[in-house]
Amino acid sequence: MAELLLRTPLCDWHAAHGGRMVPFGGWTMPVQYSSVVDEHTATRSAAGLFDISHMGRIFFRGPHAGRFLDELVTAEVATLETGRVRYALVTNESGGVLDDVLVYRLSPEDEAEYLVVVNAANRTKILNWVAARLAGSDAVAFEDRTEALGMIALQGPRSLALLQPLAAIALDTIPYYHAARATLAGTRALVSRTGYTGEDGVELIVPTGETRRVWEAVVAAGQSAGLKPCGLGARDTLRLEAGMPLYGHELDEQTNPLEAGLGFAVELGKPIFVGQPAIARAKQEGLRKRRVGLELEGKRIAREGYAVLHGGRNVGRVTSGTFGPTVGKCIAMAYVPPELARLDTRLAVDIRGQAAAARVVRLPFYKRPR
Amino acid sequence: MGPASLRYTESHEWVAMDADTATVGITQFAVDQLRDLVHLELPPLGRRVQAGEPFGEVESVKSVSDLYAPVSGEIIAVNDAVRDDAMKVAEDPYGAGWMIKLRVAPGTNLDQLLTLEQYQKQIGEQPD
Repeated sequence: MAELLLRTPLCDWHAAHGGRMVPFGGWTMPVQYSSVVDEHTATRSAAGLFDISHMGRIFFRGPHAGRFLDELVTAEVATLETGRVRYALVTNESGGVLDDVLVYRLSPEDEAEYLVVVNAANRTKILNWVAARLAGSDAVAFEDRTEALGMIALQGPRSLALLQPLAAIALDTIPYYHAARATLAGTRALVSRTGYTGEDGVELIVPTGETRRVWEAVVAAGQSAGLKPCGLGARDTLRLEAGMPLYGHELDEQTNPLEAGLGFAVELGKPIFVGQPAIARAKQEGLRKRRVGLELEGKRIAREGYAVLHGGRNVGRVTSGTFGPTVGKCIAMAYVPPELARLDTRLAVDIRGQAAAARVVRLPFYKRPR
Repeated sequence: MGPASLRYTESHEWVAMDADTATVGITQFAVDQLRDLVHLELPPLGRRVQAGEPFGEVESVKSVSDLYAPVSGEIIAVNDAVRDDAMKVAEDPYGAGWMIKLRVAPGTNLDQLLTLEQYQKQIGEQPD
């Protein structure tokens, strides 16, 4: 049976500009245009433009929306101020991660509205999860507007300056992890100071029919600043250097948020959320594994699924690995037992039958200069 | 588009014969597909390799692929320049980007390998 792939409003643009298209999370997406390293470097030094329309966009409305979401995700969101964005996990009853999401508080108390941005591959799962938890109650209205809206990430040190002439709002007045509605290239947009690259920048949500026009306006505005369109390949090397987990790799239903090192997004003290008792119990009993950053000797890449070795014994598994273009080294993320997760622990990775020396290092591998 | 004097494999290696020495590299098409080359794993001198079997690996940011020997022989030279910097392959895949030299048995026949025209057909490229 042929897989039916969804197309973002930018698909034709990607194909016309050398984008190599691949299936990803049920969508056809560009993996690269020129080269992963060139696109990565442009984002670190100037600006990169990413089509992230495949991400799921689910809106929640109603006076009980905040309380409902507080039961759904690990972070406290009911008390978020309007315009705040927060990273959170959706966990199941055993504390396993169903998805990692961004929760946007869009409007105040009485007319409470939230946006939850989910991973493309998890959209249907989360929609079903939400519907089951609401069980037909109309106290909270939710609407999947993924295909009615496009989403673009503009990332890199020159992002705000190059976008400013197109925006009817002073972009630098939007603090980190905040969002604002604004007119952008003549279109109503939701602009958030968020991203997945370790760089400053914004993510823009605009109507599907306006997405290509906005994209082209940003491309034109960024021409002299060194902006490059970037594919999923660079998005992956950028987030990896920035130490950010990717669902399906570092995160899955067999992993709890504390094992993944995401305790900052888990409010064990707030009123109950799904998975909270299991996570609290796991914390008390001691974690079975921990996510670590590995720096490897040599230039062979430790790829997903490779075994992590200690004293010749298989002790864990690589979840993502690459050659980090900015750090100039082979880096990886892996799960290992907590006693082997300490900084500077000497480990090895079985790279197709040969043990490559590796060392546990602090995440992120890359931090932008401020 | 590669030189007509070379022979090619379906797995995108090229081979040039000079008396009993075969020089081996990968094609421009392979370089274009791999793009961001990170590392080459090449065999030590003196190793014998069999036609159609892996002699090394080429690693790019996105993937790792085996390199296949187009002909059987003994490794008599390895290009240290590309071993140190894999991107040198991308700069000149048919020249300075060669990978290994093999001493082949007398009378080694390249007829099993693809001509330029056959290779272009395989990768869907129009001959000039």
